[in-house]
Amino acid sequence: MSVRTLPLLFLNLGGEMLYILDQRLRAQNIPGDKARKDEWTEVDRKRVMNDIISTMFNRKFIEELLKPQELYSKKALRTVYDRLAHASIMRLNQASMDKLYDLMTMAFKYQILLCPRPRDVLLITFNHLDAIKGFIQDSPTIMHQVDETFRQLTEIYGGLSAGEFQLIRQTLLIFFQDLHIRVSIFLKDRVQNSNGRFVLPASGPVPWGTEVPGLIRMFNKKGEEVKKMEFKHGGNYSAAHKEGSLELYGDRVLKLGTNMYSVNRPVETHMSGASKNSASRTQESIAPNPLAKEELNFLARLMGGMEIKKPSGPEPGFRLNLFTTDEEEEQAALIRPEELSYEVINIQATQDQQRKEELARIMGELEITEQPRSSTSKGDDLLAMMDEL
Amino acid sequence: MFRRERSIPLRGSAAALCNNLSVLQLPARNLTHFGVVHGPSAQLLSAAPEGVPLAQRQLHAKEGAGVTPPLITQVHWCVLPFRVLLVLTSHRGIQMYESDGSVMVYWHALDSGDASPVQAVFARGIAASGHFICVGTWSGRVLVFDIPAKGPNIVLSEELYGHKTPVTDIATEPSQGQDCVVDMVTADDSGLLCVWRSGPEFTLLTRIPGFGVPCPSVQLWQGIIAAGYGNGQVRLYEATTGTLHIQINAHARAICALDLAPEMGKLLSAAEDTFVHIWKLSRSPESGYIEVEHCHGECVFDTQVCGARFFDPSGNSFAVTGYDLTEILRYSTV
Repeated sequence: MSVRTLPLLFLNLGGEMLYILDQRLRAQNIPGDKARKDEWTEVDRKRVMNDIISTMFNRKFIEELLKPQELYSKKALRTVYDRLAHASIMRLNQASMDKLYDLMTMAFKYQILLCPRPRDVLLITFNHLDAIKGFIQDSPTIMHQVDETFRQLTEIYGGLSAGEFQLIRQTLLIFFQDLHIRVSIFLKDRVQNSNGRFVLPASGPVPWGTEVPGLIRMFNKKGEEVKKMEFKHGGNYSAAHKEGSLELYGDRVLKLGTNMYSVNRPVETHMSGASKNSASRTQESIAPNPLAKEELNFLARLMGGMEIKKPSGPEPGFRLNLFTTDEEEEQAALIRPEELSYEVINIQATQDQQRKEELARIMGELEITEQPRSSTSKGDDLLAMMDEL
Repeated sequence: MFRRERSIPLRGSAAALCNNLSVLQLPARNLTHFGVVHGPSAQLLSAAPEGVPLAQRQLHAKEGAGVTPPLITQVHWCVLPFRVLLVLTSHRGIQMYESDGSVMVYWHALDSGDASPVQAVFARGIAASGHFICVGTWSGRVLVFDIPAKGPNIVLSEELYGHKTPVTDIATEPSQGQDCVVDMVTADDSGLLCVWRSGPEFTLLTRIPGFGVPCPSVQLWQGIIAAGYGNGQVRLYEATTGTLHIQINAHARAICALDLAPEMGKLLSAAEDTFVHIWKLSRSPESGYIEVEHCHGECVFDTQVCGARFFDPSGNSFAVTGYDLTEILRYSTV
């Protein structure tokens, strides 16, 4: 539909991802002096956040992202986030990555659905960007990248009409259609029902530019008001008191898109049982894949600009668990319903030899010829492997 | 007072589009047809009076070059003097079928020639006007197709220039006192309304400017234009002069659908605020001025409504679709 949707989709989902990672990293935080070699510290957390954010806002990557293009499949998008989440020393198992993606998508779906005016999706995006800037306050270079992205977004979206924003919102809603994963924090806050549907309150302030419902005004031929009547609307609305600011710094007014997680509110998802109409969703995965080539091209272009920093020197990857225990994480992987599995695009399956090589190179999947060696300790093994690359 | 009747299950949920429900009433056969857009497919189904679903069919947008399957924007039945056609608009073009969707009788590919790369190309806005079918496009142009009494010899007879932004909806009504000459209103994303007289050539009679919000839905009844806007307002205009006579702060979010029950002048407005309202339109016998009365309000809990239609001509029953909802909700007067 709208060819300007991808940047907003990507940045908002990315923002949610950072909120969740930040919360989990803090929850697993160990004071520096007490930490063992394989435990997270404050320094590690900041480093992971910095690495991911600087990869996300890399100039070449953003440039590729901002080109007018259609939305790609959920599979393709998920592959990009997989890569992004691994842009640093942090590692996530499949189950944790699945949970992360579930939370990200349901959070943004909620924000789009409750967005008062279509144009406010820009305010939601700016809320995410404001929070991202808060994560990297100590890094002026990355801060500059984010500000630059801000400016580019304002340039592209600042002048769009209400109709164009409506098309963007409709495109996003179609992308999120039929996703009803239940999220604990939403259930507890009563913004989501137990059937996975979001609560749409018939109260609160009306969007900026809308009047509170209930008034009927009548005019004569000359345009003079001749009569006023009221009718019972049924809702409980109040007037909007302020318009959110779209400046680089300003009061956004809207709370959607701000960080709803904190250390004390753990993030959990329940897998919503097989929906009555799983047919409508599985249609995407069983459809023949002549689109795979186009999607691979898209991934190659997008991730070509990603510039992932490979871990250098004697640093093993730290694993982050989105569940409370390792056992829980294993269990989650086993019980995940079939129709909710995210099949990450299998690069090896592509026919196009040249494209395959290019993509493999970009993804850093270099073939390493293995040689048997006697291991003395975990650390030494890794060191040795690094030397061979 | 209305009460919920039995819902009709859908195979696929309704997409978050405007005017996303079309109804064809067939009282002679005791049937009602419903049409809902899911995304890349649209679902047609027929139901008996109690809502029991009888038959269903899925239609798809014609494929073309592109990354993802093309999305359908609207599906709508057009009742012409000698036949009924089902029209489906998408991001590729316009497809016309026999009324049960069994046979495609015509395909028109959209010309995206002068579209800039940032512009979405699509057709949207469908209405029958005498023996013509009018369809709106992304450029603002309205295509007028001449439909023969039977057979596939459909011809694009005219292109109407009145809008500069994408067309959202088209409404038509047989004009009063003259046979076979109908009037038409077209609406667009900028809120502009164009009023036309149909004929072998269509004539633009008047324009009603917008005010910065889209007008996703419009209806026409006895010379009254009812327009629903993105800021939740319903406005009633005198069609011949374009004068605004009534402004209703009807909804708290964008209006997504309007429908008319012509026998009684009942107007239905549905919006993303989860509410459906029913109004009665009339004219004052002394002054001839347009009058309106609020009849009923219904809250469709936690549902972003995307389509709503009366399914009887006196407005005693209506059906509603919502984003992500896999059923058509029905309401009837008690």
